[in-house]
Amino acid sequence: MVPTSPRRPGVASNPLEWLTRSSGTWLPPLLGTGGFLLLWQILSSAGVIALPAPSSLFTEERTRTLILYPFYDRGGLDKGLFWQTMASLSRVAQGYTLAALVGIAVGITIGLKPTINRAFDPLFQFLRMVAPLAWVPIALVLFQKNQPAAIFVIFITAIWPILINTAEGVRQIPQDYRNVALVLQMSSRRFFTKVLIPSALPYIFTGLRISIGLAWLAIIAAEIVMPGTLGIGFFIWDAYQQNYVGEIVLGVIWIGAIGLVLDRLMAWLQTRISPGQ
Amino acid sequence: MSTLIQPAPMGAPASAAPPPGDAFLRFENVSKVYPTATGPYTVLDGIDMAVNQGEFMCVIGHSGCGKSTLLNMVSGFATPTEGQVILHGNRITKPGPDRMVVFQGYALLPWFTAYENVYLAVDSVKPDLPEREKKEITREHLAMVGLTEAAEKKILQLSGGMKQRVAIARALAIRPEVLILDEPFGALDAITKEELQEELLTIWNTQKCTVLMITHDIDEALFLADRLVMMTNGPAAKIGEIMDIKFPRPRNREEIMEDPLYYDLRNQALDFLYSRFAHDDTAD
Repeated sequence: MVPTSPRRPGVASNPLEWLTRSSGTWLPPLLGTGGFLLLWQILSSAGVIALPAPSSLFTEERTRTLILYPFYDRGGLDKGLFWQTMASLSRVAQGYTLAALVGIAVGITIGLKPTINRAFDPLFQFLRMVAPLAWVPIALVLFQKNQPAAIFVIFITAIWPILINTAEGVRQIPQDYRNVALVLQMSSRRFFTKVLIPSALPYIFTGLRISIGLAWLAIIAAEIVMPGTLGIGFFIWDAYQQNYVGEIVLGVIWIGAIGLVLDRLMAWLQTRISPGQ
Repeated sequence: MSTLIQPAPMGAPASAAPPPGDAFLRFENVSKVYPTATGPYTVLDGIDMAVNQGEFMCVIGHSGCGKSTLLNMVSGFATPTEGQVILHGNRITKPGPDRMVVFQGYALLPWFTAYENVYLAVDSVKPDLPEREKKEITREHLAMVGLTEAAEKKILQLSGGMKQRVAIARALAIRPEVLILDEPFGALDAITKEELQEELLTIWNTQKCTVLMITHDIDEALFLADRLVMMTNGPAAKIGEIMDIKFPRPRNREEIMEDPLYYDLRNQALDFLYSRFAHDDTAD
């Protein structure tokens, strides 16, 4: 290997060298996670904790099948993790979209009209403190059916950060921009699309990003108490009922991974849509 | 545009204005009082002034003397507590594009390019113009301030001087009757500042709009203005003196500075600001 050009720092000539040089970035998380799994393995092998060891996810047949065949479908609720996840995600998508639409619309309204804000703010502050799980019985009474009730629970959990951040974003529009709109006598529609939305967009996205995590948390909570529902939440509950502890652990890991992916997706979208602000 | 300006009430004290009646822009016995926790605070007290059409007026005074408030009553962002401001015989009650403002912090929309900022103004004020014409006006005014090359750059990528150029292009593109500038060059370096002063004068010479400009810089005022309004200190500031600056136009900075009159006027302004109405910091 003869390097022909002068090397710049951070640019390595082969992958191995790159790995060595960037070890400060990947080594600590690897050691942390690896150490945690190792400790768990030791503790459960020694019988200190009742949870199955991480390695058992691959040695036990039930969980190995679930890991290896996420797409299997034996009808009813006996489906692979991919289908369970898709069912949950589609509920999240519906409830979350509804929350985004209503949250942004109401957020803009209360951001623009202090009187409406004063009228409803105590109610909003109160409602957002209600835990997702507490909404489940109310949702079931309201809608009588599992599917709409689950979507409602997502909606009511996810709406508050979107609503509150949007309202704050609208309130934070610099007075200078409002003055420009006033002196140019912009129509409200023009002010809305050219000034209000771009100015409040970073705040709206902050709300959307917080909410996607909450929506995902809520769907699990909602499904757990809705028997006979296809979805990752009820999958865990079902496993618990039948004492398949390995499946519970696998389900929880799966949930965490999906949540992480959703959060990263929103973060990426945020950098794409409102860069440099 | 004029529909937003209400006619002056009958029996208004027209005699209060120095050249009564027909001046283009008049301040008639204008006072501004702000209510505060410790009682009413008078910012401006009994301002009477007339501005001619096409005149370049500078306003100077120590901070807190109500210069911005005075100009805000022309732009319509503030209304007089007493008296009235009359433009074209109509009382000013709210902002409008016939009195465009170059804001202190530029107030450009950072999510748009320089071109889009100017175009948005043109399109807001004259929505019925043909598309081609609106684009032409936008390009023409960006060219006037030398920003043809940088037209497609986002505001965040521009330097302070370039931002101020965009703000000026935006203000002039809508052809206001009165152009209001609140310390437009205060944050710029000396060279950029002089360049922009000259550009502003050139454009003003072609468009002949009336200019009201706040400044802290006596030399800037002497180079630009037809008249310089010197304000007394607040609270209850008044117009202390209005100085005529009768250098011939077009002006050349070097020639003006060689004129003995320049130093007379400069000393007169300095004397006003630093001897007769020196800023008393202990008074605040």
